[in-house]
Parts: sequence; C-alpha cells; structure tokens
Amino acid sequence: MNEQLAFTIEVFANGLMAGVLYALVALGFVLIYKASGIFNYAQGVMALFAAMTLVGIQNGQVPFSHLINAIFGTDLHYFGWDVHSFLAILLTVGVMIVLAWAVQRFVFRHLVGQEPIILFMATIGLAYFLEGVADLMWGSELKALNVCAAEGTCLPQGMNTWLEGTTYEALGYGFFIDNLDIVASIVAAILVAGLVIFAQYTKQGRAMRAVADDHQAALSVGVSLNFIWILVWSLAGFVALVAGIMWGAKSGVQFSLSLIALKALPVLMLGGFTSIPGAIIGGLIIGVGEKLFEFLIGAPFLGGATENWFAYMLALVFLVFRPQGLFGEKIIERV
Amino acid sequence: MKDNAESYVTTDGRTIGPVVMEMKNITLRFGGVEAIKDISFDIREGEIRAIIGPNGAGKSSMLNVISGFYVPQEGEVWYKGSRRPPVKPYEVAQQGIARTFQNIALFEGMSVLDNVMTGRLTHMKSGLLSQMIWRGAAEREEIANREVAERIIDFLEIQAIRKTPVARLPYGLKKRVELARALAAEPSILLLDEPMAGMNVEEKEDMSRFILDVNDEFGTTIALIEHDMGVVMDLSDRVVVMDYGKKIGDGTPHEVRNNQAVIDAYLGVAHD
Repeated sequence: MNEQLAFTIEVFANGLMAGVLYALVALGFVLIYKASGIFNYAQGVMALFAAMTLVGIQNGQVPFSHLINAIFGTDLHYFGWDVHSFLAILLTVGVMIVLAWAVQRFVFRHLVGQEPIILFMATIGLAYFLEGVADLMWGSELKALNVCAAEGTCLPQGMNTWLEGTTYEALGYGFFIDNLDIVASIVAAILVAGLVIFAQYTKQGRAMRAVADDHQAALSVGVSLNFIWILVWSLAGFVALVAGIMWGAKSGVQFSLSLIALKALPVLMLGGFTSIPGAIIGGLIIGVGEKLFEFLIGAPFLGGATENWFAYMLALVFLVFRPQGLFGEKIIERV
Repeated sequence: MKDNAESYVTTDGRTIGPVVMEMKNITLRFGGVEAIKDISFDIREGEIRAIIGPNGAGKSSMLNVISGFYVPQEGEVWYKGSRRPPVKPYEVAQQGIARTFQNIALFEGMSVLDNVMTGRLTHMKSGLLSQMIWRGAAEREEIANREVAERIIDFLEIQAIRKTPVARLPYGLKKRVELARALAAEPSILLLDEPMAGMNVEEKEDMSRFILDVNDEFGTTIALIEHDMGVVMDLSDRVVVMDYGKKIGDGTPHEVRNNQAVIDAYLGVAHD
C-alpha cells in the first residue's frame, strides 16, 4: 500500500477521534442553548469542575481543605480512603445536579426574560466563579485521572496494538490509533443516541423543546420552566463530566481544560447551535479538517501550526454562507 | 339565588350545569393601578361564558387570574368545589384549565402536529426509561395521545397542514392551531383570549362555528374574551360585562343587552 496514502488515512482517522472529543464539549452547549437560548460560556469550566470533583472524590481528598486548615488550624488533606470509580462518578453526578439547581436558583431565576447578552454575561461570571470554587475545593495542582471499573480494567492508555498489528499484516502499514480515543468515540455515540432519543421521544424532551420555543406557551400546556431548566443544566453537567473524564484521562486534570470550550465554538457554528447530531458531525469535520489541513497543506507549505486557527477560519466561512450551521433550525420569517 | 351544585335553565332556554369555577371578590393591582376591582362571578359546566368590556376594562387580566399568570391581591378562586391556593400557570394547566393567547403563543419551530401533541403533555404518565426504549405503557400511551391529537386536528379541519412548521402559517390558521393545542389537553375549562381578534369576516365565522361545535361535541366549558359584540351575543350562554375593572353586568346576552349600565358604558346605543 502506498505509504503516503496510508499515512493520510491515519491522519484522517486520528482527526475523527479528535473531533469526537470536541463534539463531547459542544454537546453540552447545544443542550443548554436548545432549552433556554443561553449560550453557556461556563460549559468548559463545568467539564473542568466535574473532572476535578471526580478525581478529588476518588482520592478521598477533603474538599475546601485549605480553607478549613486556615480557619481551624488543622492539617487535614485526605480522608485516607480511595473511592471506587463507579461510586465516585455517581457522587460527581450528584454534585453536578446540585450545581444545576444552584445555578438555576441563584442566577437564572432572577434573569428570566432578560436579553440574551445579559444571560451570556452571567455565564461568563459563572465560569470564573466556578473556576475559583474548583480551585478552592480541590487545589490547583495537575492531577492524573484514572477511571477503573475494576482492578486492571481502567480507561486504556496508549496505542491500540491489535489494530496496528492487524493492519500491518494486511496492508503492510500499521495504523496508529489511540485506545482512549476509541473508547471516547464509543461513549460519545451512546451519549448522542441517548440524548437524541430523550429529546425526540420522551415527555421531558418534548417539554424541553417546548420551553426552548416559547415560555408562555410552555407554561400554558403545563410545563414547569424551572424543572426543565434544572433538568437541562443537570444533563449538561453530566455531559461535561463525560467530556472532563475523556479529556482528563488524555492530558491530565488541569486548569487549561476549561479552554476546550473555545474549541467547541467553531464546532457549534458548523453543526448549528440547536442540533445534537450537528454537534457530532461538526466536531468530526473540524477534527478531520484541521488534521488533514495541517498534514497536507499547513506543514509542507505554511510552516505548520495551522491547527490553532484552521477551525475558526472554517467557522468564519460557514458564517458567511450558512449562518444557521449545517443542521441548525432554518430561520423562517413571514414578511 | 340559584343553587351552585344544580343545573339550571337560563332565560334563553339553555340548560347549563353546576358551577365549576367561582371567582369571589377578586381584586388585582399593578402598583397603584387597580386592574380588577372586587369582581365576583361563576362559570358553570358546559356553558360558553363571555367576558366583555371596552379596552382596558380588565378582561385579559381576569383571564390571566383564572389561568394563574397573575395572582390577585384579594379574593378567592374556587375550582371544582375547593378553594385554589396561589398556583403557578403550569399547575393550573395540569389541573385541567387550558388557554389560548391574544397574541398567539405557539411553538413556531415545531410542526402543527407537534404543537398539538404538546397539549397532551399533562396526560403522559409513563416513566422516562420506558419512553426512551419505547415499550409497554409508553407505547400505548403515545398511541392513545396521538389518536386524541389526530381527532382534534380532524375536527378543526387542519389535516392539510399537519406537518407544516407553524411559523409558515397565516394568522387565522395559527389561531386555529392554538385552539387545537388547548383542546388536546381535554380541559375542564377552556379559556380563549380574543379568539377572533384581527380576523376577517370569513375567518370569524369559521372560528365561531368551531367554538360552538367544540362546546356541543365535547361538552367543553368555555370562557372567552371578545371585542366583537355581535359574535359574543350569538355565541355565549352568559356574559360578564366589565368596565374600568368593575363588573357592571352579568346575565344572558338578552339580559345584558337591555341592561342600562351596559348600554351606557359599552354599547353606546342611543337611549330610546
């Protein structure tokens, strides 16, 4: 097999995998935007917060230990136990639900009916507040994240040797694919299928779409806005947790994790702010696009490092020709 | 005094049922403005009850009190024989009171069918998981709900636009879709806020026919607000007349038409 072609295919496949990770973050944005028209700038920080909480619980860290030690003069840092990953994830989901409730109760309930820009500003404030809380709660050092179902069966790391071996025997070229990326893709597929079914076929999903469309009308058919918003923020929190686990396992839990939110922006512009499958397709296009562009054009002709801006440029082109994105709702207006 | 729990025959010869909702001494203020001043009236089962009055009389405020969008400062709302505590609009909907809006509040991005199906939300009881895997109770329930929705779509003659996104429809049809969605909830009381506002004569005739048919066919109790006097007098069994937030008349269209206070305040008919 042609070496150059094989390498291109490998880049393509790796692009797909990177795209899945972008899509995971974008999903959280779509959920909240769909149900409340709020562009949630804090989604990336929510992923960070979720990942830090998960690691903290797993390691038996005492939350707010610095604060407690400073006030009471104690020297507490760890409870001295390790929590099983499964239980830790459940507890983190609980924390994210409490967070969703708190955000709704203390921020957005007071902003009902305000301009979108004000809601957006509120989410920026929320992002920095949450980042501060995360720091205070769990400390700011870089932590490794390892999720294990049982002893020895953790989230896999490194290259998939089986895939490399078989492709080498069959094609004479061993493909390099990261194990973690494969797991992330499978998880993302399940997550998207679940969310689509939820939004399209369940009562709560229907109510969510109703709330997204018209608050007054939703009230008049018996939908509680408050309940739906808490539900949606909880779901977004759960999606943030999944994204946090995948990114955290890949590159460690650190504060730069919150910046992945910025990478989700072009994904949203491509896929449309209101489409769950759009977030995935958009993520894949961005992932593949930036890797292939770098490999075929960027590195040989432009001196490399095109991955940093390619996604934004692509989004800009889309804004000009198809502002609602690939799958966003068409803007219908009767004149 | 008529018995609240008994049916009775109005002076126009229509039999209407026992009282289903009673407003007792309702007062509603916005800051220093009294939109509704000490108003009492009742709604009986199976009747078409109209609330009329000039602009700013407080009609829409009254409807918003009934549907829970406004909470009155004074007075009591009695519904199905018990006093209703202050409630949220969505709870009112869950108790079986459906409404339409003067300025139309539809889900513009959804199809007509989806809009009507949202009217069935309060009737969906099966669990989240069974809805997601589409088995057992959820499947039966969805089919039953869909049947109700389709029957109403048939009834209001909007089959042809079932799949059309609502945003594309003309005004008159939107009004009809909104009525369909409210009906889909199979409400005990149907509240219509100016169902004929902004319609041409033909659309008004259609809408009047639908309102009468709904009342006839499903026995739905209807309370409506309307400007068009002719329409109100033809449609309704009993009429409440409001002016500057006060009730100035209550009775059958015939009685109201001959009430001097009403003539002075609203009809503007020359005395003879």
